[in-house]
Amino acid sequence: MSGQEAPTKTISDFEARLSQADKAVAQFEQDDLGLLHRIRGILRRNPTLIPATVLLISVLGFGIVAPRFLGMGALSTVLQQVTVTGFIAIAQTIVILTAGIDLSVGEILVLSSLVMGNLAVSGTPLPIAILAGMACGTAMGLFNGILVAKIKLPPFIVTLGTYSIFRALKLWYSGSESIRNADIEAQAPGLLFFGNGIKLGAATITYGGIMLLILAAIAWYVLNRTAWGRHVHALGDDPDAAMLSGIRTDRTLISVYAVAGLICGFTAWVAIGRVGSVSPIGFENINLGSITAVVIGGTSLFGGRGSIVGSVLGAIIVGVFVTGLSLAGVDDYWQMFAAGSLVIIAVALDQYLRRASQ
Amino acid sequence: MTEPTVAPILSARGLMKRYGTVVAMNGADFDLYPGEILGVIGDNGAGKSTLIKALSGAVTPDHGTMTLDGAEVQFRSPEDARRAGIETVYQTLAMSPALSIAENMFLGREWRKPGFLGSVLRMTDRARMNAFAREKLNDLGLMTIQDIGQAVETLSGGQRQGVAVARAAAFGSKVVILDEPTAALGVKESRRVLDLIKDVRARGIPIILISHNMPHVFEVCDRVHVHRLGRRLCVIDPKRHSMSDAVAYMTGAKLPDDLDEAA
Repeated sequence: MSGQEAPTKTISDFEARLSQADKAVAQFEQDDLGLLHRIRGILRRNPTLIPATVLLISVLGFGIVAPRFLGMGALSTVLQQVTVTGFIAIAQTIVILTAGIDLSVGEILVLSSLVMGNLAVSGTPLPIAILAGMACGTAMGLFNGILVAKIKLPPFIVTLGTYSIFRALKLWYSGSESIRNADIEAQAPGLLFFGNGIKLGAATITYGGIMLLILAAIAWYVLNRTAWGRHVHALGDDPDAAMLSGIRTDRTLISVYAVAGLICGFTAWVAIGRVGSVSPIGFENINLGSITAVVIGGTSLFGGRGSIVGSVLGAIIVGVFVTGLSLAGVDDYWQMFAAGSLVIIAVALDQYLRRASQ
Repeated sequence: MTEPTVAPILSARGLMKRYGTVVAMNGADFDLYPGEILGVIGDNGAGKSTLIKALSGAVTPDHGTMTLDGAEVQFRSPEDARRAGIETVYQTLAMSPALSIAENMFLGREWRKPGFLGSVLRMTDRARMNAFAREKLNDLGLMTIQDIGQAVETLSGGQRQGVAVARAAAFGSKVVILDEPTAALGVKESRRVLDLIKDVRARGIPIILISHNMPHVFEVCDRVHVHRLGRRLCVIDPKRHSMSDAVAYMTGAKLPDDLDEAA
């Protein structure tokens, strides 16, 4: 079509014919496919339905196997057990939404509670001790964030490194000594606040459990109803697109890790209330436990999609399995086996739904 | 073609950019006049992309000046360019697949609710953003998209392109840059996007169109900027030059003799 004497202004015939063709580019057919497709569609749009259903079924299932399980006592025990994991899972969710991961959450948590506990026990006013602990957690998160965003190292490597670094700092700072419950009760009973609660018959709803729900609500709001929250999602979805859309990706990424650190710092207070003392070797497995909860809750490790509610439900599901299996008289190692299987099933389901979207 | 008497809305002089030992721009000049569609063509490796990235803020040139509306500007990030009124539709579209159409249109410039909810609680005004997005898609005849809240990943390639163009047209107050908008599209969808481009020009917004598709370039562009070896070789009038001329200039097979404009 090139090379004629007249400058080419027309397009080839087949294109000219297109004027007669259907011009609609954006056309949507409601694909009325099978029931399976529709269920997949519903689950895709409401990913928290999966952990919610799993939770319901497992509670009922364990209720049949071990009738004691459905008592208020056992259920409130589950909630108390998963409180700290639930908090950390919220922090972990925000990080994983950016397609990152934070392996150092447990160390941040324990180091923050050591700072908080030591200051409070040695006579620092309680609010200052608590704020110092939280500031300490935020600083550690900030450090992670700067390494991830500015030095551009993979989050797994950064937090694997800081996991060891914070761990070393923790052991050095504590001198491998615990802060005893008696000292906390005598010097700073306020640190134990979140361990107290409201008694309802055999059950105790701790303030920590209530706070978990409040924090989950706040985190949900921030992630879904503020620009920052949408930027976090966009960043995990496609970082280049986020950058070209004018999001300050470095800043957002650093703030994500700092916020995760802040939540860990706050959780330090809750954890002291839950345990009653501070041990430098407590919460050893909470980093993996939080990732387990997040993944079971339906948040994708590839970033961009996930939910806070799902993560809290995920933490509760793990608690239900552990308590339920032990009430049913199953050995400890099978409890771990169950938690491991849950993770794999959850990720397989996530992949399946993802494929359904394409 | 008469020499434009109006001042260019966006122009660049002597842009240089070097990546290590590779010179991507070697004193590139550029002019865009109000209300026109300017095609930018060039062989692979001629430095088109770098030029466009410089104009859209994604690359900061080592040397050279850019002026927008007569005032000298320096873009350190795409955000700077956006704030100055230059919107770019990237070849990759720069959209976040999991977010909705409206959320993508407002990504990085979300509107907040008035009063306490917005200023203290930072609540985004979703109702107003959705309404605006729907209105803009409507303007460009894209309202066969039913649900403004549906995720971008559920859209076809042409629909996504449509949303990206609508986003640029809605916010690009001065210039809209389109990088290979038809490259990934089928024949029918390309046609629709070309119509969209003309619609946007009809609103008085000048457009820079980067494309490898000569028929598309020659159909919609008022002037065509030929880029070669890191600089502007010439600007031709598609009404007076043939596509084979353009390709010859672009590849160096022929040197422009009677130029409409000196390079």
